[in-house]
Amino acid sequence: MKVIEGSYAVAEAVRVCKPHVISAYPITPQTHIVETLSQMVADGAIKAEYVRVESEFSAISVCIGASAAGTRTYTATTSQGLALMHEALFNAAGMRLPIVMTAVNRSLSAPLSIWNDQQDTISQRDTGWIQLHAENAQEASDTIIQAYKIAEYRSILLPVMVCMDGYILTHVYEPVELWEQKKVDAFLPEFDPVHVLDPKKPKTFGAFADPSLYTEFRYMVQEAMEVAKKKIVDIANEFRDEFGRYYGGLIDEYRAKDAETLILAMGSVIGTIKDAIDEMRADGIPVGLLKIRAYRPFPVDTIRDAVAGAKAIIVLDKNISMGYEGALFTDVKSALYGKSGVTALGFILGLGGRDITKQTIKDMVAKALEAMKSGKVQECEFVDLRKEVL
Amino acid sequence: MKLSVGAVAEPGSTRANKTGTWRTFRPVFNADLCVGCGICSQFCPEGIIHEKNDKYATDYDYCKGCGICAAECPKGAIKMVLEVK
Repeated sequence: MKVIEGSYAVAEAVRVCKPHVISAYPITPQTHIVETLSQMVADGAIKAEYVRVESEFSAISVCIGASAAGTRTYTATTSQGLALMHEALFNAAGMRLPIVMTAVNRSLSAPLSIWNDQQDTISQRDTGWIQLHAENAQEASDTIIQAYKIAEYRSILLPVMVCMDGYILTHVYEPVELWEQKKVDAFLPEFDPVHVLDPKKPKTFGAFADPSLYTEFRYMVQEAMEVAKKKIVDIANEFRDEFGRYYGGLIDEYRAKDAETLILAMGSVIGTIKDAIDEMRADGIPVGLLKIRAYRPFPVDTIRDAVAGAKAIIVLDKNISMGYEGALFTDVKSALYGKSGVTALGFILGLGGRDITKQTIKDMVAKALEAMKSGKVQECEFVDLRKEVL
Repeated sequence: MKLSVGAVAEPGSTRANKTGTWRTFRPVFNADLCVGCGICSQFCPEGIIHEKNDKYATDYDYCKGCGICAAECPKGAIKMVLEVK
């Protein structure tokens, strides 16, 4: 166990996965990850080609080409950089290339902000990438190792975004258990591609599909997502057996079994929620947590089962689909439609780096208890809104 | 035919896609005016205008009717004519 920065832990995890090609463009707060990796390549600690590029669009495009050529690839970005990758993200998924990316979560301009929320990855929800969220530095780095295994699984073959909150996880120093190369090699077999791009045997990847075939290609991606639902759970279990650490499969639960009020959230805020739950439990409030680990594929059935015994749910969104509500809130309600009469409250919070404290969590739970009594529910509420500046 | 994962195709697959059906105007080549300079062939974005006995003609299976050949022909030997079905 070493006390290291979250970004360094991620770079270490990437190193033991032995990628052949790394391509990235530095952008705050992702920079420390790729800075460390480029140093590792320069030092010969990874036998990878580190391709410096002039934009994130080029970085993901390099990974697409390299992955099609049959190599294991890695990139990392955040916020505006991820937004710039948008068009190519669809190609990576449609061409079924198992690229692994650390998507550091940061807010989007305007107004300019470099601090954390999750608007950036939420806005890439429909690209066909698997999206896994991490609670702490250990999970963000362990999930990289799991992500390659998920992505490269023959009946999945989809790229994976491992999402980690900017600064809160990337820049924090935490004790992290590192990995023995031998154990990682045993856990993660070499990438064995179905198709390989080779100038001696030319092929077209992501070829033209007319209206008679396009739907079927899209359906194949949806089917692969269904396989991923099962495989993410299996691989989390295998990882526990091999490395002794577990963060849940598609979701994880904390004091949820007998909870009347359940909080649903993703990312680093989970730690704060757990502490708040312990304190509320000590005061006799039956509250629990569902941590959403896989955002895509979305764990519809797992959430339905986990919510079955609850009277109220509180969904936290560090994002907003403008003109509607938080994206996770929409997805959760849609999963429960016709299956549950639970009172549902959605909160928008933590935007652009605004702190989420234990008191914030307790206030939301108080609102949920009030809503159950009064029957009045405000579905989309901005938390701690500073009305005095509006 | 089973679809390949990632829409991966072997070379030559575009031959099966007869893009000539997309055409609105068809280029009609007048052999009497054609001097065989080959400019139409060089400018054709599909690479389907070929020479035969010093005269040029297109392959209507794949010609999308863009009209570049007609615009480039220095002798006005190619006319774009509306397709009528």
